[in-house]
Amino acid sequence: MNQSGLKLEQAPPIAVPFQFFLVAPVFLLLVAAVLFASGADALTFRMSSATIAITHLYALGFMAMVMIGAMMQMLPVLQGSPVPQPRATALLTFVGVGLGTLALAGGFLLSQQWLLRAGTVALGAAFLVFIAAVLVCLARAPSRNHSVRAMGLAVASLLVTVVFGVMLAALYGWGVAPLNGSAHSLHPGWGLLGWSGLLVVGVGFELVPMLQLTPLYPKSVARYLGSAVLALLAAWSALLWIDDGRWGALAVACAVAIALAYVLFGVTTIVLQQRRRRRMADVTLDFWRVGMGSLIAASVAWGVRVMWNGPWPESMDLLIGMLMMFGFAGSVIAGMLYKIMPFLAWFHLQSMCALGKLAPNMKKILPDARQRLQFRSHVLALLLLCAAALWPRLFVYPAALALGAAAVLLEMNMITVVRAYRSNFRNMHAQPASTRQPVGIP
Amino acid sequence: MAGIGEYMINHHKECDEVFARAEEAAGAGDWPRAQTEFEAFAHQMDRHFEIEENLLFPALEEKSGHSGGPTQVMRMEHEQMRTVMHEMRSAMETKDAEQYLGLSETFLVLTQQHNFKEEGILYNMMDQVLADEAPALLAQAESIA
Repeated sequence: MNQSGLKLEQAPPIAVPFQFFLVAPVFLLLVAAVLFASGADALTFRMSSATIAITHLYALGFMAMVMIGAMMQMLPVLQGSPVPQPRATALLTFVGVGLGTLALAGGFLLSQQWLLRAGTVALGAAFLVFIAAVLVCLARAPSRNHSVRAMGLAVASLLVTVVFGVMLAALYGWGVAPLNGSAHSLHPGWGLLGWSGLLVVGVGFELVPMLQLTPLYPKSVARYLGSAVLALLAAWSALLWIDDGRWGALAVACAVAIALAYVLFGVTTIVLQQRRRRRMADVTLDFWRVGMGSLIAASVAWGVRVMWNGPWPESMDLLIGMLMMFGFAGSVIAGMLYKIMPFLAWFHLQSMCALGKLAPNMKKILPDARQRLQFRSHVLALLLLCAAALWPRLFVYPAALALGAAAVLLEMNMITVVRAYRSNFRNMHAQPASTRQPVGIP
Repeated sequence: MAGIGEYMINHHKECDEVFARAEEAAGAGDWPRAQTEFEAFAHQMDRHFEIEENLLFPALEEKSGHSGGPTQVMRMEHEQMRTVMHEMRSAMETKDAEQYLGLSETFLVLTQQHNFKEEGILYNMMDQVLADEAPALLAQAESIA
């Protein structure tokens, strides 16, 4: 039996996940700023430079930053195996993704090929470091549960996303046509339905029952959903690749099945949350509900879209994108941050407390009212972004302003957590070390 | 008969259940009911800690030949949970719902990540290493009221 991974206190220092979390709202604010500056042009054609820049500022700077930070924290805890060289891995990934995203978006906005190239290289390198670290971690893991398996599938999908992304970047940055016309569909497909979707699915299987005390997901769903989505994605990709990007009947069938799988996950989650044992009002629960509602809406709309034979309005594609990226991924991410950040701050503080003494509780570290206010701004931003997808001229500026407000409030909440951590940390270090508990980190 | 892992995982669920009942009553400001539910919850937690710390952990440490490591971390987290519960009881006595709910939120996340590690790693180890002793250990666990 492998005992090497059985140290349970192997999570990284608090600064490792927090650096990823703290920078994410800054990118969200940048998204709002670029949207404001571009106006309705950003929401008329999804392949326009401004739209691609905004999409990547959001998907990489906001979504991926938080997802990577959370994985760096959770992998060691969930499976009892450390990420190798946590500080160095985190720093390389953080700097590479951060600067690479800025360069890539700048390259699109300013039509500068050298920036696109620099961004591509930085992002490619950063993701390879992260993926390699996670694979090492997974290989050493003594524990095999549904979440760990789903995280493996998510990271495999990230690798595919990066490969197709580099292919597309070769087109924009170097003028080299992609090997295959399917790359335009497969890059966002693997990014959203593979990497992001599977990570939420995998984390949800464990965290939804844990945080709300709901019944467990049905065994068949927990066991097969992730693998089924991955297999369908692979089949869909092969079919599109063979037809050089054209959608045949089988590719449509695969896409519809993927959409149905996500509808199943969304509906199951909502039903389980309705049957939760813990009845207290909870911002994370509300974020999840908005997220699952958006996931169901986006999946149904996309399922209809791929079966649709006639002309399809560009605005509907943008709407699906808003629902999937901001409504689904953005809501779940924000909801999880409100559990992860106050808890980590508390836990690290608690491990430094004198025996029998208690650090300020999670709601003292970040009060409910502040989370609730940010949740409202988030929902307003979502509604306005959806309206802006359909009627860009009317709603793009209110949507950009609301998104900016949600980003600022999110960052302020994070800073509140960091301040509470710092001030308590200083107070504790004013007392003699001999009275402190041994340090063990979740 | 159920294995150690299954038995302990079921008891985690029982503890969750009484935890939720106490939290709900405190949230509703129904202090007499909250008091009763909290005592039931505290009793189940004490029983769980006792089974682990005095029965299962020593058996595992003896059999696998080393103390410290995972069981040491689990014991330390038990101490933290006890400290939070102590404060929850104080909040209950002063009828401070806000304080109680902040503490119960903290307790829940702390406990769930703790249970996750036990259920994912430690109990699996016990089921493998202590397979022969399991019936006797579980009979002893049952006798702890």
